[in-house]
Amino acid sequence: MSTVTFRVFRGDRNGGELKDYTIEVQEGMVVLDAIHQIQAEQAPDLACRWNCKAGKCGSCGAEVNGKPTLMCMTRLDTLDTSKPVTVRPMKTFPVIRDLATDVKWNYEANKKIKPFTPAPNTDWIMFQEDVDRVQEFRKCIECFLCQNVCHVLREHDEKTGFIGPRLLVRTASLEMHPLDVENRLDMLKNEGGIGYCNITKCCTEVCPEHIHITDNAIIPLKERVVDEYYDPILGFFRRLFGSKKQTQAPSSGQAADD
Amino acid sequence: MSTKPVTGIESRKTDRQDAWWIEPLFTVLSLGLFGLYAFWVALNRQHYEYGPYLSPFYSIPLPGVHAKDLDWLAISPAFLVLWIPLGFRATCYYYRKAYYRAFFWDPPACAVPELRKAYKGERAFPFVLNNLHRYFWYLSVPVVAFLWYDAIKAFFFEDGFGIGVGSLIMLGNVILLSYYTFSCHAWRHLAGGCLNCMSKHKTRYTLWQRISRINESHGFWGVVSMLSVWFTDVYIRLCSMGTITDIRLF
Amino acid sequence: MESYTIHDYDVLVIGAGGAGLRAAIAAIEQGARVGVVTKSLLGKAHTVMAEGGMAAAMGNVRPEDNWKVHFRDTLKGGGMLNNWKMVMNYTKEAPDRVRELERWGAVFDRTPDGRINQRNFGGHSYPRLAHVGDRTGLELIRTLQDHAVKMGIHAHMETTIYRLLTDAGRVVGALGFNRQTGEFLVFRAKAVVLATGGLGRIYQITSNSWECTGDGFSLASMVGADLIDMEFIQFHPTGMVWPPSVMGILVTEGVRGEGGVLKNSEGKRFMFDNVPERYKGEFAETEEEAERWLQGDRNARRPPELLTRDVVARAIRKEVNEGRGSPHGGVYLDIASRRPADYIKKKLPSMYHQFMKLGNLDITKEPMEVGPTCHYVMGGVRVDPDTQATNVPGLYAAGEVAGGLHGANRLGGNSLSDLVVFGRRAGMAAAEYAAKQSGSYQVDEAQVRAYIAEALQPFNNPQGENPFALMKELRATMQKNAGIMREEGELKAQLEILANLKKRAWNTSVSGSRAYNPGWHTALDIRLMVEISEAVVLAALARKESRGGHARLDYPDPDPTFAKINHIIRRSSDGTLTVVAEPLPEMPEELRKIAEAKDLKELSDKVGA
Repeated sequence: MSTVTFRVFRGDRNGGELKDYTIEVQEGMVVLDAIHQIQAEQAPDLACRWNCKAGKCGSCGAEVNGKPTLMCMTRLDTLDTSKPVTVRPMKTFPVIRDLATDVKWNYEANKKIKPFTPAPNTDWIMFQEDVDRVQEFRKCIECFLCQNVCHVLREHDEKTGFIGPRLLVRTASLEMHPLDVENRLDMLKNEGGIGYCNITKCCTEVCPEHIHITDNAIIPLKERVVDEYYDPILGFFRRLFGSKKQTQAPSSGQAADD
Repeated sequence: MSTKPVTGIESRKTDRQDAWWIEPLFTVLSLGLFGLYAFWVALNRQHYEYGPYLSPFYSIPLPGVHAKDLDWLAISPAFLVLWIPLGFRATCYYYRKAYYRAFFWDPPACAVPELRKAYKGERAFPFVLNNLHRYFWYLSVPVVAFLWYDAIKAFFFEDGFGIGVGSLIMLGNVILLSYYTFSCHAWRHLAGGCLNCMSKHKTRYTLWQRISRINESHGFWGVVSMLSVWFTDVYIRLCSMGTITDIRLF
Repeated sequence: MESYTIHDYDVLVIGAGGAGLRAAIAAIEQGARVGVVTKSLLGKAHTVMAEGGMAAAMGNVRPEDNWKVHFRDTLKGGGMLNNWKMVMNYTKEAPDRVRELERWGAVFDRTPDGRINQRNFGGHSYPRLAHVGDRTGLELIRTLQDHAVKMGIHAHMETTIYRLLTDAGRVVGALGFNRQTGEFLVFRAKAVVLATGGLGRIYQITSNSWECTGDGFSLASMVGADLIDMEFIQFHPTGMVWPPSVMGILVTEGVRGEGGVLKNSEGKRFMFDNVPERYKGEFAETEEEAERWLQGDRNARRPPELLTRDVVARAIRKEVNEGRGSPHGGVYLDIASRRPADYIKKKLPSMYHQFMKLGNLDITKEPMEVGPTCHYVMGGVRVDPDTQATNVPGLYAAGEVAGGLHGANRLGGNSLSDLVVFGRRAGMAAAEYAAKQSGSYQVDEAQVRAYIAEALQPFNNPQGENPFALMKELRATMQKNAGIMREEGELKAQLEILANLKKRAWNTSVSGSRAYNPGWHTALDIRLMVEISEAVVLAALARKESRGGHARLDYPDPDPTFAKINHIIRRSSDGTLTVVAEPLPEMPEELRKIAEAKDLKELSDKVGA
């Protein structure tokens, strides 16, 4: 057993300060345990959001020593505890109190995404290879760490023109669903603001579920947007043959022969 | 219990304790030095050939055209080649990440504050042109094909088939370039990523899976292939200048 | 004077887990104005943690499977104490509810012929659990969340209900507060659906999240609703035991379903020696036969590791008590030596991740250490098997907070489908009831004011106790005296401890503001938790036998007289709880034959649906 000092943000949306709390720690403890111990022993009104404490609900996102992470999955023995450990709330969202932030923007922005729309009269036969990709995206636990770290939201506060990595992942899970027939490319290019993303991959770095957000969701979506809006030759052919908007522009030719 | 006041919530510096600056520094140094070197090589117009070895900087992707035959050109023949790999890499999803981070600080590293406030991303000129990455991929495929031709030729010396250190270097270089080119995100999309129902497209699905596998390390291929081009040119250049001697293994 | 805002709904759903969201969707479909209150953010409810799958006899993997086999398995697992009609409704409807989720966007793992895949689980005769790797609960809740948003759900996130409001014996709404701001809210509603989940947090070692403080049981009981079978609490056999800070976190039964085996410190697969009489002949008797089953031999019987949870949990406890446990007081769960690393990572990704990250252990290389953890309560608010109505007009309950479906022990996988089957029924019935109520609803303002004053009291009580310390004491004593193995003396001692805690629960002190104040929240949680703990202990005292999730050291065997009764826990007008034994509802002969069938083949074609 040893003692560790935690430098925890205390305050609300008007500002606040870092307060030091020193506690005794035990083997195997995670940062969330430490916060709970501070609550129970020193600061009963220290606010922090959490639910499962097992990395499954995605409630306890915070910034530990400057790195966005789930507090419940950050073991103290992975940190340098000889120095004070800084714990701050997620920076991108307004602080409610202490470590709890107001993440409701994510739920609002989500409404820009058209819901799942299955093909009419489908027989609901899907093979594993059809759903593998979508299942990766559906692992998302909505911890919003990717939204927090994304510099478009974090540094430039672009919350009107951009939906952020989490919601791009959700869009991908619908766009790539083998039975979905809705077209969300217009949303992606315009209100979704996929062009704001400059694929610097921080979302992928912080994802606790290890979803390949950039490589498997955002870049493929960007390529689909290119098909639809930027590729001059595909655009020329579309105009030439007067084909209406397709969800999968280049594959539309092949789809017929399979 | 001690209290440390901070200037509001929006502290402009990071709490990160690790050496987050190493990665952008490496990018600036490697891309910067390579860029300068490539420019110098292109202007230099000599020592790009030694025996059957030809520097990748001077591999003209036109059938039957050798850089030597283009001495009459006002500009270096290297420029006939270089714009393709330059465009391919400049629009590449891996390099975009690298230069946005290292050169533009958008952001320099995760959760590290930026310097400038204005940001338009890839929605406006010039970065909107990155959307044309696939066209540079189309152009890069023949370039790689000609490099394979050069690499094979590097095994045929004046006295017939043989293997020199240079042959192996050129072969290694073109293998790495092929990995880089064929692990491209745009190619992955064109090959099968654009499909939703994989089970109806077995061949493209298999192809897409293979590309996906090497695509995971696209950035790695990007860096090592750049270094190998560099190294290949240096090797051939030094042989040609007589500084070192190529060793024939066979 | 404290102000509050008023919200009017036809149906108020308390809880936004699987049952709550499904109830809300059903009520909206009926045209009701629906409000949903949740203590957390949308999509974070405890449902998210369900791992293994949702049981439904779709027969996608084994066409012999049908509702009758599922009916029999569920009753058998529940020690025949289940409400037969609920089980019938449940097993018949579950497949439709699973398919419905798929139509709403859920993406289950697939069979080779492109249908929803189903996996094996303890107590289920056939592979029956529709699943998505080991994160089925997440898939369920996200699908319901997305669909509810599409339907136009109105959610009050991070809002706690403090008390239900009544008028002339019927429920007319609820009083709550916004956790983020501390503001009070009055919900006027013609019908209220409780979907508040379980009570695992009254125990020290539990797989449950902080939300599972048993609110719904206490809220219902306080307005006169009957509780049933509260003694039956499921201790999941496999929770993490090391390191201490993660003790209790669940290790999915899917590990055993995928071939994982339990071993004691001597390396012996002790479950072969722990097959109870009623399951004799249904399980493999040798390791060789169990191995063949794993390889897909349909003539081989399943390994005894897949016995019901109560049996496995008690066997583990026995091994540990007799000195054959692992270093940290559990036993070994080994899948590393049974399956290739890639397979484990593909089929059990979150388990791999969880042990890697929290336990510093690679489950593809080493065995895990596991022990029992409080996981689920089979008992709950007594409800009508068709409508989920309680005995209080206007009050409905669905999901874990409702009792009756699972009897003395719940089969793994039966919970997720319980949520959607009965969530839907509760939502529909509540909306229908609400539509029949006429006139405007008024709440008693004096009652509201009194409750608000009561809730704010800890702020004005500087000499009171630390609520966190009180919570710790409650959980430790419940674990010790009313845990997995019970005994009359300890239970009685616990009753006295609870009487004392009950008084102290009203004498806590909190500081700071009302905005997002965990100390205050804990102080209010405690008041409800002591109430429900008392119901558990009283029911446990009354059942002088061991059955399912209730094990008595002083009555170690099942007793035929108790096989015929349910315990009803009722609050009298003076507020005290009493336990009343009631005979089980009579099961029709035809269903009894199904329930008691020895040979599964009989069920495939003999009895008509």
